[in-house]
Amino acid sequence: MKEQLQIDFDNIIKTSSFTKRDIELKQNSLNEFIKTGFPNRRDENWKFSDLNQIIKKNIGDLSFYNDYSLSNKIDRSVFIDGLEHNKIVFVNGRIEKIDFDYEKKDKIKIIDEPEIDNRSNNFNSLIDLNKAFTNKSYKILIKKDYQLEKPLIIYHVTNDKIKSKNINLSLDFQLEENSSLRLIDLFNDNSEKNFLNIFYNFDLKQNAILKNYKIDKIENTNVKYSFNNIEQAANSLSETFILSSGSHFFKNEINCNLNGKYSSAFINGIFSLSNDRHHEVRTTINHLTENTKSYQLIKSVLNDSSKAVYQGKIFVNSEAQKTDGYQLSKAILLNEASEFNAKPELEIYADDVKCSHGSASGSLDEDSIFYIMSRGLDYQQSRELLINGFLLDVIEKITDSEIKNLIKNMIGLKE
Amino acid sequence: MDAREKEIEKLKDYKYGFSTDIESITAPKGLNEEVIKFISNIKKEPKWMLDFRLKAFERFKQLKEPDWQKPKYPKIDYQDLYYYSAPKSMDNKPKSLDELDPKLLETYKKLGIPLQEQARLNGIAVDAVFDSVSVATTFREELSKLGIIFCPISEAIQNHPELVKKYLGSVIPTTDHFFATLNSAVFTDGSFAYIPEGVRCPMELSTYFRINASNTGQFERTLIVADKGSYVSYLEGCTAPMRDENQLHAANVELIALDDAEIKYSTVQNWYPGDKDGKGGIYNFVTKRGLCKGKNSKISWTQVETGSAITWKYPSCILKGDNSIGEFYSIAITNNHQKADTGTKMTHLGKNTKSKIISKGISAGFSDMTYRGLVDISSKASNSSNYTQCDSLLMGNKCGAHTVPYIKNKNSESNIAHEATTSKISEEQLHYCQQRGLSQEEAVGLIVNGFCKEVLQQLPMEFAVEAQKLVGISLEGSVG
Repeated sequence: MKEQLQIDFDNIIKTSSFTKRDIELKQNSLNEFIKTGFPNRRDENWKFSDLNQIIKKNIGDLSFYNDYSLSNKIDRSVFIDGLEHNKIVFVNGRIEKIDFDYEKKDKIKIIDEPEIDNRSNNFNSLIDLNKAFTNKSYKILIKKDYQLEKPLIIYHVTNDKIKSKNINLSLDFQLEENSSLRLIDLFNDNSEKNFLNIFYNFDLKQNAILKNYKIDKIENTNVKYSFNNIEQAANSLSETFILSSGSHFFKNEINCNLNGKYSSAFINGIFSLSNDRHHEVRTTINHLTENTKSYQLIKSVLNDSSKAVYQGKIFVNSEAQKTDGYQLSKAILLNEASEFNAKPELEIYADDVKCSHGSASGSLDEDSIFYIMSRGLDYQQSRELLINGFLLDVIEKITDSEIKNLIKNMIGLKE
Repeated sequence: MDAREKEIEKLKDYKYGFSTDIESITAPKGLNEEVIKFISNIKKEPKWMLDFRLKAFERFKQLKEPDWQKPKYPKIDYQDLYYYSAPKSMDNKPKSLDELDPKLLETYKKLGIPLQEQARLNGIAVDAVFDSVSVATTFREELSKLGIIFCPISEAIQNHPELVKKYLGSVIPTTDHFFATLNSAVFTDGSFAYIPEGVRCPMELSTYFRINASNTGQFERTLIVADKGSYVSYLEGCTAPMRDENQLHAANVELIALDDAEIKYSTVQNWYPGDKDGKGGIYNFVTKRGLCKGKNSKISWTQVETGSAITWKYPSCILKGDNSIGEFYSIAITNNHQKADTGTKMTHLGKNTKSKIISKGISAGFSDMTYRGLVDISSKASNSSNYTQCDSLLMGNKCGAHTVPYIKNKNSESNIAHEATTSKISEEQLHYCQQRGLSQEEAVGLIVNGFCKEVLQQLPMEFAVEAQKLVGISLEGSVG
């Protein structure tokens, strides 16, 4: 794989217009990645999901070279109707469109070719891979006191032109004071057996609000990894919702640093898996100062031989008094071959805190089914009703009513 | 201040901190095949036992010391330790307690452990382990009437080889992790208990461990086998003198419960924790594992961990038999610079197996406490369940409390529930108690005892009182 990486890398450099310094930084990242390779189960954070094996088994040899010189046609049918929105469209990893039609032009700044981030906070080798191979990255800056009128939907489209490819993309968002952004990531895959590696960085200044909804609904055989790094200043708020369902493998990782007083982070997620899908959510919330708050709720419904993993960590350092941290993960196993693994972790160095977590997994409650059946529903209906109710709990946590309805319609949940 | 006063001043905090001046014989320093042969030879062991040790040592040479744990410690030089130390008077084993070195008897008296049989009132059979050897086992005759074997493991190797051969290493094999394998190679003594079919052991069995010599590691091995339908309750206590250097304690404990048998294992661990600045103290790296081999068997671990500079252990249950039950109750208290990384593993293999984990952690001063646990329900363990509760209490903002549970569920008919909380003693509770006339320390003691009650209740009566006092002492001076 090493040689392949370097050959593909050199090919990309040849056809691109990076500056000398950029190339140097990229080569450094590549060297870092070559050193460690894809994470495997020996790495504590990948204990339950051995990416190296998963790629080997499902994709085989990856190719890292992508030709971004030609533009792709956008299939307009993937766009959401009935909800006015701004768009960013990625097709096979290439940015085809950025449009903020509904917004004031002077309030949003799109910085093309920002400096490559060379901070040393390498989270894992996949971030190095991302830095080495990202073709073009943008920084989107939302100016002070501006709240976006309409949500922004990022379409991640892949089509059958690519196979066994590694696609890397990254975006950087900066939300100035008092600004707000609603962001939906919508995955739409018609391709097979690719590895997508996505890195987002969010920088939230005072009072900024970020709402990020990630929706992976459409069935596909791709392997995906997404990393959100969120930096939060005083009074800022972030809300992340993950619907993890369609891809063959998907690991969502969120690292959230609560740097300012009264900042808060909410993470809610649903795993709805069948066949032999394997999904994971791993969160790290770092409470770094006083009076910060975090809340996480993850629910899973697992069928066939699917597997879900939740690793959540709440870290509280010794200055972060009055921290309020909460985690809850619940799973229903519908089939004897399905599997749920959890590692909810607390690491606490301050005494005046309120931190707790809970985790439960098991089968559907037969007594509840009996109760509903005795009211006249058949077995199948009763099960569905119970499962819907179980999941609806998470959907109800979505604070934006417009998007809540959109997601409800998408997954066919009715109240 | 003269030397005597100084000594008294020192002992105020840890009353078991004295050392006994007693002549002892030690193995040559270092770890090699010669030392292992020396140990085996001095114990007059049969060849199969020596082979067992050498096999473990071969394996040990290939292993690397683990470093994933939370409390880090300076590298231990395994060549700079003595692996065997025994009071000289034990050279020709005394036949009865009357022949025992009076100094030894005095030591145990000072520790509050009556070895003389006149202390019969206590009704506890004690096996006392001093450094590397077992010095006295009480109530043996009475127990043998019931067919119960309770003796030092070195004697069991001589007298009951068929039992030892069958069960030793069956739960913790010689191919296990670093410290367990080290123990298999160099273990010196420990207790052996066998409860025959259908017998309910009429008294508590107990082992008392004491490290006396400096620069020695203590590696004892305990093996308890409960045959079909039997019951036994076993207690374990430990202390060590105060010394400036760190001492290693790497014991292995194996429990085996056959059909319908029950083993209750309680530990009050009060090794020397080091002084206020974290100097000295015992490294307590113990491997404890129980196997519920038969149907309807039950193993219950109860531990009160207040001592040791570093505690690093996970008493575990392997629930192999159908309908078997595993329980783990723990109180861990760390103060000053103590560190603890403790918890349990519940591995469900049989059908209808149940496990329960209650863990209470209290950290004060500059200490660090981690609960690390694994609940693993395999795909064949239908209709199994686990309930886990781990609560942590923090006193002061220089200490840490961490929870790292691993939860694996591969069976759709099984349920796992896990809860954890971390908080401090609430001002309201303190205020309420103080208003009723308690001093702040008394109030904290009362609240902490309430916090631990669920676990303290599981201890046998004699131990519970002691443990309750210990909880209070360990936290002295940590408030305000």
